[in-house]
Amino acid sequence: MAQKILAYHCGRDYLNPGELVKADVDIVLGNDITMPLAIEEFKKTGVERVFDREKVVIVPDHFTPNKDIKSAEQCKYIRNFAGEQSIKYYFEIGSMGIEHALLPEQGLVVPGDLIIGADSHTCTYGALGAASTGVGSTDVAVAMATGTAWFMVPESLKFVYKGKLNKWVTGKDLILYTIGQIGVDGALYMSMEFSGQAISSLSMDSRFTMCNMAIEAGGKFGIIEFDEKTGKYLEGRNKRPYRIFNADADAKYFKKYEIDCSSVELQVSMPHLPSNARNAKDCSDITIDQVVIGSCTNGRMEDLEIAAQILKGRKTDSRIRTIIFPATQKIYLEAMEKGYLKTFVESGCVVSTPTCGPCLGGHMGILAEGERAVATTNRNFVGRMGHPKSEVYLSGPAVAAASAIAGRIALPEEV
Amino acid sequence: MIIRDRAIRYGNNVDTDVIIPARYLNTTKEDELAAHCFEDLDEDFKDKVKTSKIIVAGDNFGCGSSREHAPLSIKASGVKLIIAKTFARIFFRNAINIGLPVIPSIEAADNIREGDTLEIDMDKGIIRDLDTGRDFKINPVPPFIQEIISSGGYINYTKQSLEKGGSSKSG
Repeated sequence: MAQKILAYHCGRDYLNPGELVKADVDIVLGNDITMPLAIEEFKKTGVERVFDREKVVIVPDHFTPNKDIKSAEQCKYIRNFAGEQSIKYYFEIGSMGIEHALLPEQGLVVPGDLIIGADSHTCTYGALGAASTGVGSTDVAVAMATGTAWFMVPESLKFVYKGKLNKWVTGKDLILYTIGQIGVDGALYMSMEFSGQAISSLSMDSRFTMCNMAIEAGGKFGIIEFDEKTGKYLEGRNKRPYRIFNADADAKYFKKYEIDCSSVELQVSMPHLPSNARNAKDCSDITIDQVVIGSCTNGRMEDLEIAAQILKGRKTDSRIRTIIFPATQKIYLEAMEKGYLKTFVESGCVVSTPTCGPCLGGHMGILAEGERAVATTNRNFVGRMGHPKSEVYLSGPAVAAASAIAGRIALPEEV
Repeated sequence: MIIRDRAIRYGNNVDTDVIIPARYLNTTKEDELAAHCFEDLDEDFKDKVKTSKIIVAGDNFGCGSSREHAPLSIKASGVKLIIAKTFARIFFRNAINIGLPVIPSIEAADNIREGDTLEIDMDKGIIRDLDTGRDFKINPVPPFIQEIISSGGYINYTKQSLEKGGSSKSG
């Protein structure tokens, strides 16, 4: 599928894995960490105007609301650039959300797109049937100047998820389980195609979560075929017409995996690799200090709904700091209207404005030496959320909410 | 081009969070980034890099974030070259784009020891371990990547091709 999208964007009928091509991109994305560097590099190209002011998207979401003077300076720099270049989709605080929840929500990314973003989780948009991948600031600089980027055509891995999901299990558990099976470099340079009955039954929110974490297996793309649910999601939302690419019946795959979902239980990835996936029920002796629910991986409505369901009428352990980050303003508002935010506050959680903050150890929930967090985020590397001797346990929203109540890693049934 | 220096060894899955922790990403200044390079992985890196400017590592070097600050901080620390069994893809392209040579070689990564003096002949495609006398072959780089490297990075490459009026397409 990804090969076909790449071929279309460089005017070819067919591409072979391993080929190097330059292709036209539909969206070029950057944030407050990667965009300052991209702008500096863009200026060195000698090109004065970006290739298309409607195709460059800038979201200051990482260290915002500005965490310190240096971050404020970086934001000012990209804000000024957005102004000078009349960038149509620059999202200031107030309309800003976490980029990978925001762009699909705003209909800025659509099926068949070729998208690059200077953020590794740009692969999220594959859930819409787009070829979307993370790159660095220099790639974004050149793409802003020329509208093109270079790609090595990847091999594809097919993952077929069979059967029905167990109670409380979401896309997060499927992807943690999968990374646990194949390792953090199990899909290195490759495109991960997620398919099967269980994927069809998955919500769009859970599909975004799965594609979001393709990078944690080293993948270039995480991609799911367009179906009725994708179409419905796009209704009244897409800002551009879209083009559907499906995998050919005789498509060649580097490898195929079959996963029986009836054997996938709620997962936790232990420090310090996302591939250290375990059944959450086997981790119940791990006490914690903090719970984070949010991020580009799990800050969408489905995640908040699950957390609210578990937390309603209960109190979080008084020793635990529970921080909840709705990923966009729209999600924040909807969660407010549905009473979820009230539930969170009443149960002892704090609710934050959208930001990437704690996920990458930026701000809004940094861990001290020796502290442990259960987080619905995407990485648990050494020092990811703060002190190099702190620990992050990755999970979906159900385990995170239950753990906040129990003060240790717990299942919803236990609280 | 010939690069001659000593090796610093690291293991598998050296991620971008330990190369340059996110708490230092509120700047793009190379010297500030270099000051914190590998801080959470190896406290002695700053001393080691004074005498050893080649990094040799295992699988999936540079996994994690897309932050170009990671290869930039390594380059600004004075590192001339990285050899690893495999590289994470975003790190790999970022390194090429900023003109930091990266060589995937399982054989070299398996056999080079900490502190070994290496001589790398980029034109002939040979890594020579002067302490053990062993040679390792470097797989040829695709011409397009070679062009980026010989232009001194992707920005220079782009600038030159725009000046030539070359089409931005066709790989």
